Amino acid sequence: MNGVHDMGGMHGMGPIAPEADEPVFHEPWEGRVFALYRATAALGKWNIDAGRHARERIPPADYLRMSYYEKWLDGLITLLRETGLVTSAELKSGRPAPDAAKKTPPLTADKVAPMLAEGRWFERPVNTPPRFAIGQAVRAKKINPTGHARLPRYARGSIGIIDRLHGAHVFPDSNAHFHGESPQHLYSVRFSARELWGEAAAARDGVYIDLWEDYLEPA
Amino acid sequence: MEHDHQELPSDPALRVMALESLLVEKGLVDPAALDALIDTYENKIGPRNGARVVARAWLNHAFKERLLADASSAVAELGYVSQGREHLVVVENTPERHNLVVCTLCSCYPWPVLGLPPVWYKSAPYRSRAVIDPRGVLREFGLDVDETVEIRVWDSTSEMRYLVLPERPAGTEGMGEDELAALVTRDAMIGTAKVRAGGAPR
Repeated sequence: MNGVHDMGGMHGMGPIAPEADEPVFHEPWEGRVFALYRATAALGKWNIDAGRHARERIPPADYLRMSYYEKWLDGLITLLRETGLVTSAELKSGRPAPDAAKKTPPLTADKVAPMLAEGRWFERPVNTPPRFAIGQAVRAKKINPTGHARLPRYARGSIGIIDRLHGAHVFPDSNAHFHGESPQHLYSVRFSARELWGEAAAARDGVYIDLWEDYLEPA
Repeated sequence: MEHDHQELPSDPALRVMALESLLVEKGLVDPAALDALIDTYENKIGPRNGARVVARAWLNHAFKERLLADASSAVAELGYVSQGREHLVVVENTPERHNLVVCTLCSCYPWPVLGLPPVWYKSAPYRSRAVIDPRGVLREFGLDVDETVEIRVWDSTSEMRYLVLPERPAGTEGMGEDELAALVTRDAMIGTAKVRAGGAPR
C-alpha cells in the first residue's frame, strides 16, 4: 500500500536526533509492549509480514504522531482483534468474556532462551531457478498494490543491476494476508543514486534494495 | 476499516497495563516470560555482540572471509543468544567505500548482533533521508565523506539484515580482541560513524 510508512526520499521530516547513552526502553511500558508482542506472536496466529502490515494500516496522521512503541501497541491490538484472540468487548471491559475458557500460554519463561536461540529463517526451497543473474539489468516494476508490499515507491520504474542472490524467501505480499508463504527468489539490486534521484546525486553512490522476483522485470 | 482502539485508556502506560492484565487473565501470556524477554534485550543482546564480530574479523582473516561470504553461518560460530541462523549480510568499509544501513519501510535492524535499534534509526528523519541524501545524513552525524568515496546505502526491505564492518583504525596494531571490540561502536556498525583508536562518544 502507498502508505506514509514508505518514507524513503521524503523531505521535511526534520533533523535526526541521536540520544547519548540511550536506554533500550525509555519507559517500562515500552518493554512490556515489546514483550507482549513477542509472547503473543508465539501463539502462531500471525506472521512477521502481517505484523508489519498492521502497523502500516495505522492512519497516516497517527503514524507520524505516535512513538515507535505506541505503533507497536496499536498494531498488536489490531492483530489480537483481527485474529479473534481478544474481542472489542473484552478490550472495553478489560476482562475476559464470562464464557471464555482460560488458555495456557505457549511461551513460558523457560522457553524464551530456546526460542531466541532457534533464530529466524525465511529462506525456502523452490523448484524454479532464479529468473535473473548477477550483473543483469532489471527494472523495478511500476506497481501500486493496495495490500502489503516491500517495493519502496522511490525505486519503482528505476533500473538497477542484480548484485547478489539471496535464495528464495517467503513473499511478504502473500504472507501478510495469510495467503501462504509463496516463496520466490530474492535479489539485492543496486540502483545508482543518479538513477533514483537524478543528476544532482553523487555519481559513485548507490542504493541496494532487496527485491523479490515479482517486483522485477528485464530492463 | 475500523481503527478505533479507544476502549483502552489513552495513556500508553495504562493501556499496556490493562492489555497485559487482560492477556494474562485469558491465559494468552505468561508475565514471567515477559520479564525474561525484557531482561534478554536489556542485558544480553546488544552492540557488544556485533563489536566482537568486528574485532574478530579484524584479527582473523579466515573468519573475515567467511563473514563476508556467509555472515549468517560465520556469526553463528560465536554462539550468541541467537545461536540459530539469522539472515545476515556483512558489508565492508574500505578507503574507497562507505556503507550505511537503513530500513525506509519500517525498522529492520540486526537484533542478534546489535540489539534493539536506537530511536533515531526508527525515526522518520533518518528513514526518509538516508536513501536520498546519505552524505547530508552522515554530515549530521559529524562524518564528512570525501566525494571520491563511494557510498552504498542498504535499504533493509527483506528479512536480510545488514551489518557494517568498519575500517580498523590506525594505532590499534598489537591490540587483542577485547581491546579492539571495546572501540567498536553501534553507530560504526550502522555506518553513521567511524571507529576511532581513542574510542568514540557513541
